[in-house]
Amino acid sequence: MARVTLHLTDDDAAALAGEAGEAGALAMRIVTGLAETMGATRLLSIEGAHIDSCLYHGRSGIDFAERLVDGDARVSVPTTLNVSSLDLLHPDLYKGPETEAAASRRLMQLYEAMGCEPTWTCAPYQLATRPGFGQHIAWAESNAIVFANSVLGARTHRYGDFIDICAAITGRAPAAGLHLDEHRRGDVLFRLRGVSDALLDHDVLAPVLGYLIGTEVEDHVPVIDGLPSPTPEHRLKALGSAAASSGAVGMFHVVGVTPEAATLTDALGGRPPDRTVDVGPEDLRRARDALTTAATDDRPLGAVSLGTPHYSVAEFARLVELLGDRRIDPGVACFVNTARAVLHEISLRGWVDRLESAGVQIVTDTCTYITPVMGEIHGYALTDSAKWAHYAPGNLGIDVAFGSVDDCVESAVAGRLVRQDALWR
Amino acid sequence: MALTAVRVVVAGAAAGAVVALDEPLSFWGGYSAEHGTITDEHHPQTGVSLTGCIVVMPGGRGSSSASSVLAEAVRLGTAPAALLLHRPDEILATGSLVARELYGTTVPILVLDDAAYARAAAADRVELSATGALTIR
Repeated sequence: MARVTLHLTDDDAAALAGEAGEAGALAMRIVTGLAETMGATRLLSIEGAHIDSCLYHGRSGIDFAERLVDGDARVSVPTTLNVSSLDLLHPDLYKGPETEAAASRRLMQLYEAMGCEPTWTCAPYQLATRPGFGQHIAWAESNAIVFANSVLGARTHRYGDFIDICAAITGRAPAAGLHLDEHRRGDVLFRLRGVSDALLDHDVLAPVLGYLIGTEVEDHVPVIDGLPSPTPEHRLKALGSAAASSGAVGMFHVVGVTPEAATLTDALGGRPPDRTVDVGPEDLRRARDALTTAATDDRPLGAVSLGTPHYSVAEFARLVELLGDRRIDPGVACFVNTARAVLHEISLRGWVDRLESAGVQIVTDTCTYITPVMGEIHGYALTDSAKWAHYAPGNLGIDVAFGSVDDCVESAVAGRLVRQDALWR
Repeated sequence: MALTAVRVVVAGAAAGAVVALDEPLSFWGGYSAEHGTITDEHHPQTGVSLTGCIVVMPGGRGSSSASSVLAEAVRLGTAPAALLLHRPDEILATGSLVARELYGTTVPILVLDDAAYARAAAADRVELSATGALTIR
């Protein structure tokens, strides 16, 4: 087995030796440890970080953050925070045990104490400032990683919990993986074949296509040929988040759409693809059907959940337009997850009052599939998110149906499942 | 039979019965650190216990939180004995490295080539040395 040696700068070595304090040494041990497992020969400097470790999964998360805070850790680059288990703006929504809430709050405070910004969103790319093309960053949260690489052209590897904060503290990350040109070229080509214009022009295609692609490619870099140019950001977000749920996709290219894919040749880095997959209407129908676990014929619709990843202003605009002056059926609990920053923007537009008076509950800082905010659901839940449809059955123990945002709104108003199946024929 | 790993991601000795997974598993949203079982409803082996087992699986899936769930499983004593992967997974590696820092114990992670992976997946029992040597029983 060939061993590569990780070369450290004097500053890296000093941090590792504890000259930046105990927490700095711990953070550098984790960064260099991961760099060695990745076969990196050096570290590189990052310009920002996004932390997923602030979401509570048990005592180990607090043990780690306390070790850092006790060692006087501070982030050295601008650092945003992912969702937590609590909606701090709507605390009454939480229906879980108080001990869990207290532990979640403690974890959130520890990350704020290290100088992270309390953004509490899984979609940091929807904040006012976001990374630029070519910037190296260390982001955790799978949907944010894939968006940063694919849509912004920023560079982050697929980072998980713990390494995110260690990179933010040290300002360093392994020079490996998706930071490097050679790993960013696409290697599996997906060609859309025989897909109707109506489906190509519809929001619902992106999450279904992303889900299919993630299942096919695992951690490869897919190239998609055949989507309309331009494709709006909310569709690229849905595509990436789905592919990073069914697979371990950290980057994709859409020919003529994403910044490193002006042409098919650019997307593939001038080489032929390792594999080409033609995607037709039948494949898409199968992927869509895999997202529904509920037997929808004989059970009532109990809930609708939108906004995974967090809804953007543009997605709220669409929701407000689709809903019009209608109200949600009283038998359906309807939730939309978003960031507090987006909530502020849509409240200025008068949409919060409008949605709330129509029976829509807006959830901030967290997400309906990671924390008990939905209460008891009488029936199955409908969503426009492939990511939510993928995780909710396991996380919440509920049955799920997947539909477009149009389907979700029509169903929420009608109080029963209304799906536009004609689109899929 | 002795096998060699392509890459020792996180070193450590381990031994146990093999559970070979047919699909990748995301530890977050797919594994209960409390019970040590697969909870992903979309996974063909949902409900199977992995505690103390040598888990042979293609790799992880997307979620960044898998590091946390793996570290929490180590803390609770519900983690697999080792992970033998077909492709590297940095998110699982981080969870294992942090568990070692916090609790002095870890889940060794090795990446195997095609032939070794197939043999490990078909084995009943595997032993790992601290240096990453694999013995298949």
